[in-house]
Amino acid sequence: MADGAAITAGQVEHLAELARIAMTSDELEKTAEDLGRILSSVARVTEVATDDVPATSHPMPLTNVLRDDVVGTPLTAEQALSGAPASEDGKFLVPQILGED
Amino acid sequence: MKFTEAVAKYDPALGIEVHVELGTATKMFDDAPNTFGGGANENTTPTSLGLPGSLPVVNRTAVEYAIRIGLALGCEIAPTCRFARKNYFYPDLAKNFQTSQSDEPIAHDGRIDIELEDGTIVPVDIERAHMEEDAGKNTHVGGSSGRIHGADHSLVDYNRAGVPLVEIVTRPITGVGERAPEVAAAYVRTLRDIFRAIGVSEARMEQGNVRADINVSLRPSPDAPLGTRTETKNVNSFRSIDAAVRFEIARQADILSSGGEVLQETRHFHEADGSTSSGRVKSDADDYRYFPEPDLVPVAPSREWVEEIRANLPELPAARRRRLLDEWGISDLEMRDIINAGLLDPVEATVVAGAKPDAARKWWMGEIARVAKQKDAEAAELVSPAHVAQLQQLIDDGKLNDKLARKVLAGVLDGRGAPAEVMEADGLQIVEDTGALEAAVDEAIAANPDVVEKIKGGKMQAIGALMGPIMKATRGQADAGKARELILARING
Amino acid sequence: MSNDLTRLTAAQLSAGLRAGEYSSEDVTRAHLDRIEQTDSVLGSFLTVEPEQALATARDVDSRRAAGEELHPYAGVPVSVKDVVVTEGIRTTAASRILEDWIPPYDATISTRIKDAGLPILGKTNMDEFAMGSTTEHSAFGPTCNPWDTTTVPGGSSGGAAASAAAFQAPLSVGTDTGGSVRQPAAFTGTVGVKPTYGSISRYGIIAMASSLDQVGPMGRTVADAAALHQLLAGHDPKDSTSLSDPVPDFLAAVEAGARDGSLTGKRLGVVKQLSADDYDAGVRTAFTAALDLAQAAGAQIVEVDLPSLSYALDAYYLIMPSEASSNLARYDGMRFGLRVEPESGPVTAETVMAATRAAGFGAEVKRRILLGTYALSAGYYDAFYGSAQKVRTLVQRDFAAAFEQADVLVTPTTPTTALPFGMEDDADPMALYLGDAATIPANLAGIPGMSLPAGLADGMPVGFQLLAPAKQDARLYEVGAAIEALVSDAAGAPVWAGVPTEYAADAASTTTSA
Repeated sequence: MADGAAITAGQVEHLAELARIAMTSDELEKTAEDLGRILSSVARVTEVATDDVPATSHPMPLTNVLRDDVVGTPLTAEQALSGAPASEDGKFLVPQILGED
Repeated sequence: MKFTEAVAKYDPALGIEVHVELGTATKMFDDAPNTFGGGANENTTPTSLGLPGSLPVVNRTAVEYAIRIGLALGCEIAPTCRFARKNYFYPDLAKNFQTSQSDEPIAHDGRIDIELEDGTIVPVDIERAHMEEDAGKNTHVGGSSGRIHGADHSLVDYNRAGVPLVEIVTRPITGVGERAPEVAAAYVRTLRDIFRAIGVSEARMEQGNVRADINVSLRPSPDAPLGTRTETKNVNSFRSIDAAVRFEIARQADILSSGGEVLQETRHFHEADGSTSSGRVKSDADDYRYFPEPDLVPVAPSREWVEEIRANLPELPAARRRRLLDEWGISDLEMRDIINAGLLDPVEATVVAGAKPDAARKWWMGEIARVAKQKDAEAAELVSPAHVAQLQQLIDDGKLNDKLARKVLAGVLDGRGAPAEVMEADGLQIVEDTGALEAAVDEAIAANPDVVEKIKGGKMQAIGALMGPIMKATRGQADAGKARELILARING
Repeated sequence: MSNDLTRLTAAQLSAGLRAGEYSSEDVTRAHLDRIEQTDSVLGSFLTVEPEQALATARDVDSRRAAGEELHPYAGVPVSVKDVVVTEGIRTTAASRILEDWIPPYDATISTRIKDAGLPILGKTNMDEFAMGSTTEHSAFGPTCNPWDTTTVPGGSSGGAAASAAAFQAPLSVGTDTGGSVRQPAAFTGTVGVKPTYGSISRYGIIAMASSLDQVGPMGRTVADAAALHQLLAGHDPKDSTSLSDPVPDFLAAVEAGARDGSLTGKRLGVVKQLSADDYDAGVRTAFTAALDLAQAAGAQIVEVDLPSLSYALDAYYLIMPSEASSNLARYDGMRFGLRVEPESGPVTAETVMAATRAAGFGAEVKRRILLGTYALSAGYYDAFYGSAQKVRTLVQRDFAAAFEQADVLVTPTTPTTALPFGMEDDADPMALYLGDAATIPANLAGIPGMSLPAGLADGMPVGFQLLAPAKQDARLYEVGAAIEALVSDAAGAPVWAGVPTEYAADAASTTTSA
């Protein structure tokens, strides 16, 4: 795929499942087209990304940023739930869960 | 197929993933309290709730505990390691990604020896131990069965979200044949004991502090490649682990012997009947899109830090056991009994507090264990080792006999204070007042002339018949030796 | 009176407040009035908080009257981009998915602003989740450029830039992931700074791409941006990527730069890859004129080569969506924000999440999430995300080499001046992204950048970008202040002073800001 070949609506459908976004078939088609164009351009990165070049994940090279194990002030349950679309018994109410992780 | 047949026909291989919740004061990536219990959603911060804008910061103590675990398992500690995001959607996962370590665990390539009940040693190779965070807890509401399927909705409590975990992954455990169930349980028990010994977790199985995922596969012979495995999730007691392995071996053997193929899947364990059932088939759809967590920087434990942790590592269970066997001079079997009863700590503490090992063992494994069982409580929570040592001291000093000591202990177990206090309060101390004893002896002699005749006639064992009334008169506090002396003096004098 | 106060810079307001010439309540009220008068056309704000702002102002006034030692900028009002979490003030990131979210906590910088006593006027409009360069991607309607209300203010910090340019706020907080402070600053004739990565805390900044996002101060002058940067910067233990270095004295750097002869011997590196044909003639002319002024003032102009630059945009459009796809996963309708049930089929957590995200996210956000999902997925990770991270290394190396030859690098901030509304419709997304070619490299490398006005082209502002080595943000303020003074002197007035102040109600785009 690094050559930037076209991407299909079927592939986008799979991506949309992974990303949990419901999409219509029109949206899938349009997105496939957009992603295809973008990917055919960005795939150029492989041209210069040779084995001898290390990856940079963070712009500033920090290490060992660690926190002392001291309890702070947590949110109250009321604050925690303040934005919840639905709650019950001090807990977040969510629709029934099908399937596992 | 029966388990015995299955292991005769196939060679089982195990792979065990153990998650342990660390006993830190705060969570892995934020300063919310890491405590069990409390009101729902009271132990959260914006970070553990995954609120927009919130960021993680690594808990230093959690890293130290992970290093302790790594060292205790004989692992190498990585000079540098990173966190990664494991992306998947689930309502108990506040950010819809779990911050974990993927290809850069903090500890790797270790080995521990586990000892089975009969003393057999089995080495287990550790592939890795890595840090990650726990998820929140779902309660399923409204469905008839209370299980996930059929529930109308779920309630989520994020108190557990972000609790620090270390996951320990074994390399395949092979060559254990029919002992696979026992090995799996003993491995997890050994880890549990190590976690407690090195102070990284209370490691209470019943509270879910330690959770095991058990991979099982079968192959026709030890030189064949490993077969397709299943992963039975969240098996949380030693007995269940044994049962799950046993069930899976039999189940897979059935499939294989009838020419079928084992499906690679996760399975659920059912406590009620020790069975497993199909969970979810692993598929290409499991695409976690791991990438280095950009909100965290690498953790690079200095060699000095690692060596300091190593130097301060408490004695590990295996070494301690060897030492105590040597010091106490008890048998291997007696030691195993103490360990299996979970009473090594209090017995040792009692010895340290001054009691002889034999006496300490006798109290804990005997009377205290009996009462604990009766009360359905933890023996170690009923009485302190210092009190047990004091109780024994009172016996050694001649102030109590065994029977009185048990009465005193009953008072101590009822929470009425130290043994000396209970003895004092109940007047249970052995009577040394010869006046009272003499009166009791005289009374007994006067009341039992026939017995006296027998003794005079040389039947010394008849003395026993006088002891009953004497003890009764002194409410059991008479020193039996002294009473005997007095009787003989009266009769023969 | 009230409109006079809005014409003052933050530095002037700070001095006037301390001298007791007027109260913070006067200043705050003047800006609130100005917002009231102009924002139905401009649409800079998503939320205006008159009561809270005035309460802060009155509190500062009474503390000042009591002789309390206050922050030098206490009482100077500020507008805050709606990507910054503010406790008790609606925070939406310009997305339907957060339309009614009232946060239970403050971003570290919100706390800093409150502690310093700056009244927060309100939350400014932006492209949804900061994804865009026009502010047209706001779920709540666009913002107009006060220079020409038929054009965009740039983005994603378009509302922030417009509020500073149109005298609605003397200071404005934006964020910059690929140019989102600098580009709108360029389009609106204001000053915007993208600090060194880690200079300002990201705790409480709604994340787009964690390794690229940085809060940026905005104002009409270099000195005002410096003052805001000074206030916002500093180590934050809640942000693991926050720098622990002491914060340099940016205002001292501004003073040094404003002194005569400050440019003497300074080496300004013109980037070979960013100075030629990709720029509109008007932009080139204004940029070159400013450069000539600098040279005449003693600066040395050198050319530097950044060979990997042509890959920077591609790397950015892999890293940014990858990180964003993960950062935006939390918007699922379970814990906060919008929840939408599917129109048909079973109602489960899974289908509700999918329906919520379908309804709550705009098209550009979805596009980037899916792009990032693709780039991170098994089998493509090494080729895409992995390679992009390597390009990042190459870009950093290029900059390191360039800064051997130059003290700062200079480029036009954008290829064009502000564009009319609607240019993005049906365009090739990658061609649009090209507009960010000059600003993106700084985010990839973590280095600081500034856009300040170089002058006008056809009556519209042109941005002049300065780039400095990491942690050398002060250099931007020093050189920036010098160039600002030269441009202003040459034109006889600062660029910002020329902005129209009355806006026709029939502007091309009607706004629907809340």
